Amino acid sequence: MNYSMIRYVLLKVVELTGALMTLPMMVAAVYGEWEDAEMFAVLVICCFLIGFIGGKVFRPVNRVFFAREGFVVTALSWLLISMIGALPFVLSGTTVSYVDALFETVSGFTTTGASILKDAGAVRYGVQFWRCFTHWIGGMGVLVFMLAILPMADGYSMHLMRAESPGPAVGKFVPRVKDTAKILYVIYIGFTLIEIVLLKIAGLNLFEASTLTFSTVGTGGFSLVSSGCKNYPLAAQTIMTVFMALCGINFSVYYLILTKRFKEAWHCDEMRWYLIAMLGSGSLIAVNIYRAGLVATPYLAFHHAMFTVSSIMTTTGFATLDYNVWPQFSRTLLFILTLIGACAGSTGGGLKFSRLVILVRNVRNELIFTIHPKSMRRVMMDGHSVEGTTVKSVSAYLACYVFIFFGSFLIISTDGFDFETNISAIAATFNNVGPGLNMVGPIGNYGGFSDLSKIVMILDMLAGRLEIMPLLTLFSFRTWKK
Amino acid sequence: MQIIIVGCGNVGSTLAEQLSKEGHNISVIDERSDILQSVVNNSDVMGIVGNGASYSTMKDAGIEAADLMIAVTDSDELNLLCCLIAKKAGNCHTIARVRNPVYKREIGFIKEELGLSMVINPEEAAANEAARLLKFPSANKIETFARGRAELIKLTIEEESVLCNKSLKEVQSELRSKVLIGIVSRGEEIFIPDGNFVLRARDEISVIGSTRDMIAFFKRIKMPTAGVHSCIIVGGGETAYYLAGQLLSVGVDVRIFERSRERCKELATLLPEALVIHADGTDKDRLMEEGLTTVESFVSLTDLDEENIMLSMFVHSLSKKAKRITKVHRAGYEDIIGSLDVGSVLYPKNITAERIVQYVRGMSNSFESNIETLYRMDDGRVEVLEFLIREDSPVLGVPLQDIRLKKGILVACINHRGEITIPSGQSKIAVGDTVIVVTTSTGFHDISDILA
Repeated sequence: MNYSMIRYVLLKVVELTGALMTLPMMVAAVYGEWEDAEMFAVLVICCFLIGFIGGKVFRPVNRVFFAREGFVVTALSWLLISMIGALPFVLSGTTVSYVDALFETVSGFTTTGASILKDAGAVRYGVQFWRCFTHWIGGMGVLVFMLAILPMADGYSMHLMRAESPGPAVGKFVPRVKDTAKILYVIYIGFTLIEIVLLKIAGLNLFEASTLTFSTVGTGGFSLVSSGCKNYPLAAQTIMTVFMALCGINFSVYYLILTKRFKEAWHCDEMRWYLIAMLGSGSLIAVNIYRAGLVATPYLAFHHAMFTVSSIMTTTGFATLDYNVWPQFSRTLLFILTLIGACAGSTGGGLKFSRLVILVRNVRNELIFTIHPKSMRRVMMDGHSVEGTTVKSVSAYLACYVFIFFGSFLIISTDGFDFETNISAIAATFNNVGPGLNMVGPIGNYGGFSDLSKIVMILDMLAGRLEIMPLLTLFSFRTWKK
Repeated sequence: MQIIIVGCGNVGSTLAEQLSKEGHNISVIDERSDILQSVVNNSDVMGIVGNGASYSTMKDAGIEAADLMIAVTDSDELNLLCCLIAKKAGNCHTIARVRNPVYKREIGFIKEELGLSMVINPEEAAANEAARLLKFPSANKIETFARGRAELIKLTIEEESVLCNKSLKEVQSELRSKVLIGIVSRGEEIFIPDGNFVLRARDEISVIGSTRDMIAFFKRIKMPTAGVHSCIIVGGGETAYYLAGQLLSVGVDVRIFERSRERCKELATLLPEALVIHADGTDKDRLMEEGLTTVESFVSLTDLDEENIMLSMFVHSLSKKAKRITKVHRAGYEDIIGSLDVGSVLYPKNITAERIVQYVRGMSNSFESNIETLYRMDDGRVEVLEFLIREDSPVLGVPLQDIRLKKGILVACINHRGEITIPSGQSKIAVGDTVIVVTTSTGFHDISDILA
């Protein structure tokens, strides 16, 4: 293990966190919340000092960096940025305990959107901005951002990118990691700006427009008030539906579109499955809730169904209506969508559609193999055959996913809440969705859980965002062996 | 520049690593995905699995925007086809590795008709390197600068050498030498020495200066400056053929040991002046019989690295005078092999990669940087660069003693209109000069990068 290099990257993360906190500091100052602005300022200065002095003192001697270091540094960076990011919540008195603050921050950075706050509307502007801004940072990834702006792109940077980016196989668009990271952020910032402008036009004020945008494009789901997005105009809700859906698509599709390779973009298997699943389940739920008489017109039924499906599938977790009271079929379908999540290479979480496609096609091949024992078939994706190792790692991922899911489910059941609450809470945190069913439904919160359960869910959120393996390596004895 | 490399063997991966470090955007194409994966993990390059001669694979790699395509697969025909496709698809520069001697004879025609920018034959390049060393046997390595006017020569200081236990100042004054000792490597350590640095036996030093001054310097330190007169080559492969041809043309007495009877016949036909001996090169008695104890140089070119190393060490035990050159294929153990008594070591793959890298540097020179030549030495820990000085350079007309340099930098030579001088504190740099700089840092693109 190259500890000096890990330490160096972590110090850079501290510095970056400081830089990012300057934004909420300015927001707090604009709204005249001087105490909060001062708190942010102190944090910014501390972060810069630690990063600067540390960077001078601990210069990495040896810059050799392997996959193992990549995983460890990614997991540690996320833990570190969450721990620092939690400080404003405690210091401003938004949450009482540090565990609560950590839960809220991890939920932010991992773009989960699960909240322990009883009344999100009572949070002051500066802190509220920071809360939503964590979604935006976490959406595309902290280390990817560092790769884009810091001069650290050597051969090893691919290990970092691979450890942080979601999906079974991470590729580059262009030869250099740094340029790839830049392209990702350009697309991401582009979406952000467009949505802010559109929401502004739809009648929201600038603060609402920007914070909601951060929550949408990061597919996070922190809302500004506990009632969710119910009170915003229909146009704003439609804009959010579209942008959630867009940010759930693999960003390589946008790169293909930008480089005018429309045909290749259109042939992305994962995007097709994702869009079909989205429209299909949206329509089913629309019919279901309209027939149950929960909405007045078929148009409204479709509108709210699409918003909810888009929000759940992209693992955002916004709500316009309390889907907790919807018919059982809709609730179950939404729960299943929670598990699948969005596309690889997007800002969304969950199991990812590419994995689902690979699993389904692998199962189909196995079935054909049972009937024709001498047959040879490959798992195909986007017109290319998928490597055997990728298929294997997808299966292993699914196994890990199931173990962690049920393990966490068992632990939090000690708190004594009902079955639906518990299983949906784990599903919602592990897949970075946010709201679940019953007590943790769209208008509920996670405040009632014990500290142990909160810590379990914090780890689940991180495991979900980093796709399990980086976090598991932290707990593996072999990683730390000399 | 945008560069596509087809073929991910030793040469391909070395090129990918090197060129990516020098700031080019590299895509690598190979059919073996596992090998590609390891290259992608080690360097910041994009890997594409596929056949490099296929148009669609080339398109995936971005041939339309590429400036250069380098084909270094195992197959000559595939390399040539890659170049042809790349030329038609992207109208870029192309470099191919071609090793079959049949094509070698027609290389002019092929180059012209296929529009190749460069053809490299690894065996021939290795043979050239070996021949260069045999013409100047005191050197472990020779690199040239300023279009051949200046040289960097690496040599090891022997126990009985006059340089032993002298400081550089003393060397300068006693020998009145006009050359500069720029790099000293002692065991694991590398020094860029100043005047008070004391040389010791077994140090490997790099001497920089003009070709003429260099000969004078070698005469003063009593090391041979004439080329060898006799040579034993063990292993009669293509490299041996090219090397023997070159040596014979300057009148060296060449004896080639080759195991296979058929190959011996071929060599005897191709090189009638050489003495081809059909015997196992590791057969001690045969070697002794053919005058191993008195021969001036010994080149081991068999296909087995172990045999080559063993033979060289054996020759060293017999005669301390004989110049030995050892061919080693396996890369990655340079430091261990360097610590053995094997004389100069030839790494054919590194030589190929180095030649290509030099071509690329020349090409990118007209694009963005002012580097004329660049050599990486001692595992890449030292770089020796030759910069071209342009009109807007900040070092123009300032005496060197007034220029504040970064740490670990030495201005070794100034080439002013073909005249090579070792600079003093008063020396000034003019427009159009080239300046040779020795540094332990990397990533310099312009002379202004050396300023503190």
